[in-house]
Amino acid sequence: MWKILKRIAKTGIATETPPDLQKVGAGETAATQRIHDEILQILGRALTIREVDAGSCNGCELELNALNNVYYNLEGLGIKFVASPRHADLLLVTGPVSRNMALALQRTYDAIPEPKLVVAVGDCAINGGIFGESYATLGGVAKMLPVDHVIPGCPPEPIAILQGILTAVRYRLGTRAAADSAGHA
Amino acid sequence: MKIADLNLNLAPLPAPFPLVRGEVCASEWSAVALTIAENHGRLVTLWGSDDRHGEAGHFVVSAVYAVENGTLLWLDLPLPDQQLNYPDIAGIFPYASHMQRAVADLLGLVAEGASDTRPWLNHGAWPMDYFPLRREFTGTEVRDWPAVTDYPFVSVAGDGVHEIAVGPVHAGIIEPGHFRFAVVGEKTLRLEERLGYTHKGIDKRFEHLPASEGYRLAGRVSGDSTVAYAWAYCMALEAVWNWQVPARALWLRALMLERERVANHLGDLGALGNDAAFGFGLSQFMRLKEDWLRLNKTLFGHRFMMDRIVPGGVAFDPDTAACAKITAQCDAIEAEVRELHAIYDDHAGLQDRFLTTGRVTTELANQLGLTGLAARASGVPRDVRIDFPAPPYDELAVNIACRNSGDVAARVAVRFDELLESLQLLRQIVRRLPDGAVIAAPDNGMPEGRGAGWVEGWRGGIFVALTVEKENRIRRCHCHDPSWQNWPVLEYAAIGNIVPDFPLINKSFNLSYSGHDR
Repeated sequence: MWKILKRIAKTGIATETPPDLQKVGAGETAATQRIHDEILQILGRALTIREVDAGSCNGCELELNALNNVYYNLEGLGIKFVASPRHADLLLVTGPVSRNMALALQRTYDAIPEPKLVVAVGDCAINGGIFGESYATLGGVAKMLPVDHVIPGCPPEPIAILQGILTAVRYRLGTRAAADSAGHA
Repeated sequence: MKIADLNLNLAPLPAPFPLVRGEVCASEWSAVALTIAENHGRLVTLWGSDDRHGEAGHFVVSAVYAVENGTLLWLDLPLPDQQLNYPDIAGIFPYASHMQRAVADLLGLVAEGASDTRPWLNHGAWPMDYFPLRREFTGTEVRDWPAVTDYPFVSVAGDGVHEIAVGPVHAGIIEPGHFRFAVVGEKTLRLEERLGYTHKGIDKRFEHLPASEGYRLAGRVSGDSTVAYAWAYCMALEAVWNWQVPARALWLRALMLERERVANHLGDLGALGNDAAFGFGLSQFMRLKEDWLRLNKTLFGHRFMMDRIVPGGVAFDPDTAACAKITAQCDAIEAEVRELHAIYDDHAGLQDRFLTTGRVTTELANQLGLTGLAARASGVPRDVRIDFPAPPYDELAVNIACRNSGDVAARVAVRFDELLESLQLLRQIVRRLPDGAVIAAPDNGMPEGRGAGWVEGWRGGIFVALTVEKENRIRRCHCHDPSWQNWPVLEYAAIGNIVPDFPLINKSFNLSYSGHDR
């Protein structure tokens, strides 16, 4: 136990400042609180993500897992990957959609309660990438599901994925605000 | 009987390790397999090709064996008269079963006498009479595709026996696959895997790429092994084209291969701690892995070093400062890993979960053809870097990491040992890195021919068999992942263990879905 505590004390807090909101399109400050508040404002709670590998090479999964390491500290921002689609606000898909996974992907999407967001992560999820379209793959996620936001890269780096998720959430905020003002008018 | 007594007509194939090839007829096909099995040889991979050219040519089934004297034996069985079956060898090498089922799905060639002929990669999402690797199909035909069909799992009946179905979508951020457990209470009686969910038609896709570009696709067969795959592919292509790669480039390839091994072992050691409810391990190791990947990005321009191994060499050239950074990082990480190793070893709760869990005995490992890291943890000392040392491994003395207990603890221990060994190798590589060019131009044109690549990835041996036509075209590229051998062994490793230990056992193998499904 002593060794563990010593190691923890030596490591300290390794968490880095989240990406500048300027890079995702608005704002000036980069405070964690700001991002957290924004997520709460949009969704009224923490952002929960169900990830589905629809046929990737597993490169994108490595980077999504990296997003959970202490440097990015995703949960500290109120963003969490969840096991059940019923608990999710956002569906994050990687890989060219293989025909063998199409049904499972559709069912996962259907199980997520409205309102839901779909984000395609990586070149393959955007347009099939190097695997293209064939007897085995449908190509990009948009062939099957309404995609709200895409994050390019092969694979995209964790920081790019984080920026992409925040952009998708902001996009939803924008449409919600537009819908609200239309409703009031 | 010895291989030499079989009277096979064998000719050497170009490769940086001993490789011979020959053609056999159907009766020799099984006889050779039996002789190899009796002489402690093993099947490396099995695949099929369509070598028909109009009226001429044949379907061909190929197998590669590692035989007793440190040689790879590539056997082709051309099927005469448009025949669609060949003798089963899964009765001799049980792990051939999935490979034979894949050949049936992709080419319609059936292993005669095989006990299991269920479709493997074809889940019914494309027609059962559509064989994508046949020449008459482009692989991109658009049709009204059928729906995915049910799969006849082997069912277990009895008092209190019930089934647990898991996947293809798992709880975490991992690749898709299906596990069907038959359990009594919490105890696993039987586990059956169903894979193929990430089948992307890679084999067919290769046919649409120039041979000189195929390394990019090979590097994406399994993203966590991109260096090993790209190297194996380039090794095969360079052998066919008689392309002399500069020594510096070969050393830099080994540098990247060892860095890939370290990155994955760091990740696995963290995840294994986490699966035994030791979150501290995950946080610490993931931090080290992130540091490691960030230096990859700085030095090679890519966190996983994708597309950095190219035909003829490598696509970067580190200077002295870069080399110093690598050495410094090896020293820093080694100190931390040793500290964490001591913590893991001393942690009673962790050891309680690791010890005796998911055991694979040496006997079972040999019988089922277990390979790579998992085999070494079960007392089977095999490592391509030692057994088939292509340059620069012929000059690097690699110490093999081996354990006999075959449980999760052994697979953890092998990872620790290999990690430290790779750090030692990295320092050695940086110190002895030869000067000169990092890429050579091809000087012999682009002749047709066959070649093979064989590289010890972090998970095990990765084999690439490549047939190139004239004008830079790929006729057939078969990429083999060690997961083909190891997935079936996981089914045995789970037997008798409680279901909650399965994630731990599964993680200790950490097999590739994408590399298997292709």
